Amino acid sequence: MTPRQIRRLADVQVGAELPEQTSRVTRADLVRYAGASGDFNVIHWNERVAREVGLPGVIAHGMLTAGLAARAVTSWVGDPGAVVDYQVRFSRPVVVPDDDAGAELTVRGRVAAVGEDGRVRVDLTVTSGGDKVLSLARAVVVLS
Amino acid sequence: MALDAGLVGRSYPPSAVYEVGREKIAEFATALGDPDPVYRDPAAARAAGHPDVIAPPTFAIVLSLGAGNVVVEDPDVGIDYSRVVHGEQRFTHHRPIRAGDRLVATATIDTVRTVAGNDMLTTRVDLATEDGEPVCTTHSMLVARGPA
Repeated sequence: MTPRQIRRLADVQVGAELPEQTSRVTRADLVRYAGASGDFNVIHWNERVAREVGLPGVIAHGMLTAGLAARAVTSWVGDPGAVVDYQVRFSRPVVVPDDDAGAELTVRGRVAAVGEDGRVRVDLTVTSGGDKVLSLARAVVVLS
Repeated sequence: MALDAGLVGRSYPPSAVYEVGREKIAEFATALGDPDPVYRDPAAARAAGHPDVIAPPTFAIVLSLGAGNVVVEDPDVGIDYSRVVHGEQRFTHHRPIRAGDRLVATATIDTVRTVAGNDMLTTRVDLATEDGEPVCTTHSMLVARGPA
């Protein structure tokens, strides 16, 4: 097993950028996430119902988008247990077409604050097809 | 229909105990496409300083969704679920959730607001072990869109 590299507080500066992360979300991913999370809301798998309630089509679970965005932080830190706070505001649905390519999700992150107590705030920008899908996405990690 | 401000602070009975399983954590991590062994391999988790495999930072939604339903289903809240969208979500971790945890969820109505005909309801869910150790606090804001 390769030793785990956990990011150190001394190596983190305000303004540092996280590696950009790109994911694809397909209908199959929505089904898998519904089962894992227990969120079976029909707008995440039924095109007919999604359109009936005024959506452009089947949309991704907001918490799937948020969970994928959090990965950018946990892989950058090296220890998901370092995340002490994570908050998101959903601004625009991620429409997932019924094809093999699905929707693309791009996550960028930037260190916004570093506290002497080891608390580091990372602000994320999460977009799909060029549109911001989270109007706020912010994680606080504790590093030593 | 505007939400009644008198609902703020209303608390609901604690949930049944939810036992966090290694397989459930692995299933959730796989659904996020996350290969990190800290979610699957107890030895890898121990090497990272955890007593057992830990859960991804958003795993608590599994418990807070269920606990939050008691609020949405409260007849006094009277929210039309077909018009509900998830507005905001926050997780405050007192420590990572890990396999073997036996957790109890307690839901409380934190804030209610009506803005431009839309009802906004924020529910706090406190997750603690059955012995009372605080593990995670979640805040979920739901928006019920008013009739057009």
